[in-house]
Amino acid sequence: MDKLETHVASLDAEHELAMPGPGDLFPEPDTAPSARRMVLNMGPQHPSTHGVLRVLLELDGETILRARPEIGYLHTGIEKECEVKKWQQVTPLTDRVDYLANLINNLCYALAVEKLLQLEVPEMAQWMRVMLSELTRLNSHLVWLGTHALDMGAMSMFFYCFREREDILKIFEMFSGQRMMTSYIRVGGLALEPPRGWQKVVSDFINGFDSKVDEYEELLNANPIWMQRTKGVGIVPLETLIDLGVTGPILRAAGLKIDERKDNPYSGYEKFDFEVPTYTGNDVYARFLVRMDEMRQSTRIVKQALAGMPAGAWIAKAPGIILPDREQMKTQMEALIYHFKIVTEGFPVPAGEVFQVVESPRGQLGYYIVSNGSSKPHRLFMRTPSFANLQSIPAMLEGRLLADSIASMGSIDLVLGDVDR
Amino acid sequence: MTFIVVSLIKIAIVMAFFMTVLAYLQWIERKVLSHIQLRVGPRRVGPHGLLQPLADTLKLFLKEDLMPAHVNRFLYRLAPAVAVFLCLLSVAVFPFGPEIEIFGVRTQMQITDLNIGILFVLAVTSVGVYGIAIGGWASNNKYSLMGGLRSAAQMISYELPMGLAIIAPLLMLNSLSFREMVNNQAGYSLGFIPRWTVFQYPFPQVFGFIIYLIAAFAETNRIPFDLPEAENELVAGYHTEYSSMKFAGYFMAEYANMTTVCCIAALLFLGGWHPLFPAPYSNLVPVVVFVVVAALAFFHGLQPARKWDNITFPIVGVIALILAGLFFVPVLNTILIPIFWFLSKVGLLLFVFIWVRGTLPRFRYDQLMRFAWTFLFPVALINLLVTGLLVAVTTGH
Repeated sequence: MDKLETHVASLDAEHELAMPGPGDLFPEPDTAPSARRMVLNMGPQHPSTHGVLRVLLELDGETILRARPEIGYLHTGIEKECEVKKWQQVTPLTDRVDYLANLINNLCYALAVEKLLQLEVPEMAQWMRVMLSELTRLNSHLVWLGTHALDMGAMSMFFYCFREREDILKIFEMFSGQRMMTSYIRVGGLALEPPRGWQKVVSDFINGFDSKVDEYEELLNANPIWMQRTKGVGIVPLETLIDLGVTGPILRAAGLKIDERKDNPYSGYEKFDFEVPTYTGNDVYARFLVRMDEMRQSTRIVKQALAGMPAGAWIAKAPGIILPDREQMKTQMEALIYHFKIVTEGFPVPAGEVFQVVESPRGQLGYYIVSNGSSKPHRLFMRTPSFANLQSIPAMLEGRLLADSIASMGSIDLVLGDVDR
Repeated sequence: MTFIVVSLIKIAIVMAFFMTVLAYLQWIERKVLSHIQLRVGPRRVGPHGLLQPLADTLKLFLKEDLMPAHVNRFLYRLAPAVAVFLCLLSVAVFPFGPEIEIFGVRTQMQITDLNIGILFVLAVTSVGVYGIAIGGWASNNKYSLMGGLRSAAQMISYELPMGLAIIAPLLMLNSLSFREMVNNQAGYSLGFIPRWTVFQYPFPQVFGFIIYLIAAFAETNRIPFDLPEAENELVAGYHTEYSSMKFAGYFMAEYANMTTVCCIAALLFLGGWHPLFPAPYSNLVPVVVFVVVAALAFFHGLQPARKWDNITFPIVGVIALILAGLFFVPVLNTILIPIFWFLSKVGLLLFVFIWVRGTLPRFRYDQLMRFAWTFLFPVALINLLVTGLLVAVTTGH
């Protein structure tokens, strides 16, 4: 009994050592501690950290002296889990990484595996992937806009944004049967044949969407309170942003024209006519404007995709990799064998490594995959934009006011699943 | 003896009415906000959620009254009581209508006509900040403390422009008693422009009214000035640690404050119970309003959009018709017509409060202070100086 207790006590001591206390996170105070200083623990349960981010703030009155983000509260071990799943079983896991941009995560994974397999994807599937990616971007930006405005106290924006998001989710549901965890983009093409009548649903939505964006801009763009809250807030020099590995709208708001869709076009993005909006404000307001413009550009891309959608197959013809047609299975022996083999052992992917980058709503999303020739990934690493963007929190917050921390963190557009994958 | 009995009756009526209004104000706010935000609002408890306030109160009563471990017990209990007590106190001096005679007793539609009414109200509401500041401090919670501090700074800052905005009409009305102030706004210049202070010669108090309204938003901690309880920064601000009826106390205080400032605005700037246009026609307005309400209700009752609509809407219609009928009863209408005008003004202002909440984002703490000291305060001062000058010139002393 004694032995057990001492063992438990030693474990406790170890555990305590391992847990960073406030002293560890704020090692050496710049000046002597005083009654004015206060350490405020923001999160992991806090209304504006959107998920389970914990930020330790050292305050002097309302001024933030130091800020330390602490992550890991949503760690699910997805990267590691991918190593024990077959190639085709990884797709649903990628949904759960960035749960607001699931189709873009699906796409990134599918493109990476297709590169290893050297698989050609039918053109129709490519266009459909582009269209769905842009709808995902709209979805993600709408959630961002709604919650960002809600953080600033503009409650109604949240509901207006979620009205449109609902339409997008309905479109996703129509395509895949799922609202959020769609897993619709698979290796080789799409998961299912596009449903009948999708053109009408998508065009109804997208043709009405521009006026909705106008509506949002009307409420916020010229609103003096909104401008006061966002202009000149959360400025970080461009060099620092680049050093930290920040990508996406934050960099574009700092004037750097960087967008994977233009720089390294994938899935046929080079065939679409769109612009990469940039602003030079480098503050929360500029990031807001960039995302609003991106919504308009995404609308343009979806419209082009609708107009020029080619006919053809929605999944590649690759026996042994793609599940055969149900009808063929009943008549052809090879098809039945392939089906059995794919389902029971998965399909082998040639040994090698690949790094695929796509533009997620939050920035560069990269999947680094190493294959050892088996039916499971040897290593799968996700370069997630939120993780890198989160590093800019101290730079954005320190020296600013507490209320600015909300605006700044909102402008980063964090998805905690994307940080702690 | 009669005085005491009449006073007690008046207090009972006013308090019962005021508490009901407070409860239903919350229902109205939730409904209006819902419709701004594409929702339907409370609908489950009672027809159209009309029993929701009752359910909420009951729920809060039955909640466990938690007392966190490290609070200052005395002040923690005292703070919400202070907040509620002070905001209910100011109702005592508001007049709702002129002097009336019922059953041979002449009385005023007011609990007491204090000759320094406005000073009393200002004093009471400015002490209200203690309820919040003490509550924030006694909770021994960082968020609460910051909420309390913000609130103290904000309310003290906005007290000044508010006070200055109030003084300007006082100069024109030349009285400190609410009753006299309203009486001095009676009548119509050119026969149709009401002599409310917002329209009154020599200097219409439009700026004063706007300044007062802005300051009132800040005083009541409403969006865009709801920093003390900015939920996205300070969780729930000064009342983070409060639960059960203590929380309900703060909640009630906020709505009571809102009603109070709207009453002051109506009395001081919008002519209290005086109608918008001269008497014989304006007496028909309430009847017309209620008849229109009844017609709309019957119309919607005939085409029910939801279950039970064919029953609930006609009931509303009948109630509206009865209310319209009451305005023809000889003695009652002398009471009801002033109350109608007073309440519609207060209601309109309250609607503006809710509307703004559904539209605007929130200020930042330092911007709020800068706005008060560098913009609102000077403008209020200039407004006061110009008013004083014009009043001195026109009255000649």
